[in-house]
Amino acid sequence: MDAVFVLLLFVLVLSIFLGVELISKVPSMLHTPLMSGANAISGITIVGAILTSRAENIESELSFALGMVAVFFATVNVVGGYLVTNRMLVMFKKK
Amino acid sequence: MKILNTIFSETTNGALVNVVYILAAVLFIFGLKMLGSPETAKKGNLISALGMLIAVVVTLLDQSIVDYKWIFVGLVLGSLVGAVAAMKVKMTAMPEMVAIFNGFGGIASLLVGSSEYLSSVPHNIGILVPIFLTVVIGGLTFTGSLIAYGKLSETITGNPIIYKGQQWINGILVIALLFLGIEMIALQGLFITVDWQILVAAVALSFLLGVLIVIPIGGADMPVVIALLNSYSGLAACAAGFVILNNVLIVAGALVGASGLILTNIMCKAMNRSLTNVLFSGFGSVISVNGSSDEQGEIRPINVEDAYLILEAASSVLVVPGYGMAVAQAQHAVRELGELLEENGSEVQYAIHPVAGRMPGHMNVLLAEANVSYDKLIEPDDINPTIETTDVCIVIGANDVVNPAARDDPQSSIYGMPIINVDKAKTTFVLKRSMAPGFAGIQNPLFFKANARMLFGDAKASITSLVAEFKA
Repeated sequence: MDAVFVLLLFVLVLSIFLGVELISKVPSMLHTPLMSGANAISGITIVGAILTSRAENIESELSFALGMVAVFFATVNVVGGYLVTNRMLVMFKKK
Repeated sequence: MKILNTIFSETTNGALVNVVYILAAVLFIFGLKMLGSPETAKKGNLISALGMLIAVVVTLLDQSIVDYKWIFVGLVLGSLVGAVAAMKVKMTAMPEMVAIFNGFGGIASLLVGSSEYLSSVPHNIGILVPIFLTVVIGGLTFTGSLIAYGKLSETITGNPIIYKGQQWINGILVIALLFLGIEMIALQGLFITVDWQILVAAVALSFLLGVLIVIPIGGADMPVVIALLNSYSGLAACAAGFVILNNVLIVAGALVGASGLILTNIMCKAMNRSLTNVLFSGFGSVISVNGSSDEQGEIRPINVEDAYLILEAASSVLVVPGYGMAVAQAQHAVRELGELLEENGSEVQYAIHPVAGRMPGHMNVLLAEANVSYDKLIEPDDINPTIETTDVCIVIGANDVVNPAARDDPQSSIYGMPIINVDKAKTTFVLKRSMAPGFAGIQNPLFFKANARMLFGDAKASITSLVAEFKA
């Protein structure tokens, strides 16, 4: 296995532990916005989608086309996810 | 754009791009941390969104991008669809909205993996393994989420779909996928010589698996399923990160994966069931035999006038909402009643069970939308120890989460599930349409307890009449 792969695996494991720590502290009151907010973060695959516009992908029309459809879906996920989370969170008020 | 491209490629050689990705990851982490409290949550979401924005912008500056036209088409169309959906969706429909967005995240990752598979990037094992995982996880997240969406929006039946040999068929499907994985990764096309044929087969099997694993799960268990699919959509993004060796995809994907797993775990605990039981048992498909029938007896109906008189004299009132409140759209009437009770000198709180509603925290969002102050929303553990001193509990559209059989009757199929002990309060009003059993199809001994009063009728109409009595 090459070094980059092992390093990224290390990053993965640490991120999971960090995620567990962070999420355990979110009160159940906020679990719906947490879920839609986390959902928006999973739209990070948009970065991979944009990068399918490189020469290696464009050589194959199918590869490029699939990548651009991915841009669309990931964008829906990101934009919709953050907006709807924001819409929910502004409603949480204390009187 | 050309100038920026040049600056980036000449001065940094890609290192700066990765530094910016790390910054984006830090913003995601801070964003999630700030979601830990209602005071900071909104800001946290904005910080997380900022992280996403800079990740996208820095990616667009990547010097290896050849064609921008279609990227912008995708970005603009996607933003439009996402924004319209986010603005239009009703808060009661939030579970299906999150379900469909999970699905979109899954399909996006699947498409990224597929695109890389069909590209001319050299296919070594280090890239083929994550490509395969991205396709499989992304694919089953996509169709699984569509089925969850269908069940939640009631476009398909919420009942579990069970057939003989179901586990076997799923097992065979998993084995077939494993073989396909070996063919794709290790044999690299020994049996199937055309790249896209292997890919199509992997996509098809993953799609099928996603459908088959969600159809046997009942509508009442959908909170667990959405949480789990949420986790999968993160893991798919994570796998895509290994395909393109990108740190921000891995960190963000892992955070979402962990988040979904924790929520799944919380939901399962709140129902006292294992994940295996939720996924494979087809819970709710048969009306369970519920312990001894002699616990049943006389029910005591009450009318609005008498309910008003009791509430008028109550010094503490606890509202226990369930999915029925969302169905009846009664949350605004409930808030109005709560305000009138407070004006009358009662202390009003709202006890929300973790699995009330169709997704974790759903009831909190509905009450927040109706303008209920969030410090009045409390968890079962905070109210149960002192519930004996509560004058009146009002159960609105909740059933299983207040079923004392879960506490007292070892024969009950929900035995061991933590509940809100409304049967121990001085008086409990149960707002219900009829005597039909709850979502899980289980009879509720609460209705026959001496302190229980049944207020029959549409929940919203009943609450509105109570409001009218207070105003009269």
